Amino acid sequence: MSQTMLIIILGMAIVTYIPRVLPLVSMNGKEMPPKVKAVLQNVPYAALGALIFPGILFIQDDIWFGIIGGITALVIALLGANLIIVVISAISVLTMYSLFF
Amino acid sequence: MLFSRSIQEKKSDYFKGIVAGVSIAIGYLPVALTYGFIAETTGLSLLETIAMSAFVFAGAAQYMSLSLIAVGTGALEIIFTTFIINIRHLLMSTAINEKAVKDHPIIKGIYAFGMTDEVFAVSSTKEGRLTSSYILGVASIAYSSWVINSGIGYAIGSSLPATLQQSMSIALYALFIALLVPSLKKHRKIVWLATFAALFNSILTMVIATGWAIIIATLASAILVEIIYSKKQYLYGQSDDQNRKGA
Repeated sequence: MSQTMLIIILGMAIVTYIPRVLPLVSMNGKEMPPKVKAVLQNVPYAALGALIFPGILFIQDDIWFGIIGGITALVIALLGANLIIVVISAISVLTMYSLFF
Repeated sequence: MLFSRSIQEKKSDYFKGIVAGVSIAIGYLPVALTYGFIAETTGLSLLETIAMSAFVFAGAAQYMSLSLIAVGTGALEIIFTTFIINIRHLLMSTAINEKAVKDHPIIKGIYAFGMTDEVFAVSSTKEGRLTSSYILGVASIAYSSWVINSGIGYAIGSSLPATLQQSMSIALYALFIALLVPSLKKHRKIVWLATFAALFNSILTMVIATGWAIIIATLASAILVEIIYSKKQYLYGQSDDQNRKGA
């Protein structure tokens, strides 16, 4: 392995790990003020919104790819299917879409 | 109930985590294969390709590093950009810390390594008690898929049929949608949280780096919705959301 690549990989590993580990270790078991707590409990659902959109529109050059896949996942999930079924349905519908269009 | 957490229970939590993480493993498959393939065309060795996946474990940052390496960017700039992209995990780990049970710092230090967007999303939306064993289960299957498929992608190139490769790019987004929907159905508040964050993020990604955009959009939505709901609770003396934590 070249020295430059070694430095790049180690450096990337460190700066990736720090934000992931810092809150978990430094605030382990600490009680937060109620208002901060309430906001943190909202974070997972808000984060999902930000992780889905607008990224989903740009997974392929054809914007309809993301839209059709997203709507498929939404409908199947609303019907109450579990995670894997939702993921596989979205992939299957898009495979059909790309075969026929 | 000091001894209620037996090894048996920990094992079953770990196994439940692995099951919950299977959809992440599927979602990582095309992303990791493509990463390995691009790494090979960028000129990395097989060892370097696998080492990066094994030590960094961050999809978006690894892709970015390859495109920067390809144009001859310096190490320092690549590392700094990685930091900017991954700073969002500061917020995600803080939220996990709030939900997860207290545990030894070394155990938390281990699962912290695996706290990707997807591991965070699956763990943080789990109903009820969130144990270290569960998070470790989710993280370990996600990690295995990421590292192994990076190597496979390098060795045999983009081996999936182009059509399947293309349609599998929806997998991680479908996973996020599947995680969001059950809670959406139960609480109006969650509809607002996701919608505002999506809206803010769409605007912010046009002006600032993605890592910051996600963090600011998420936080802004979480705070804004909290303010709206506490005002509403104050005015009407009720909330449709009182027992969300236990939900």
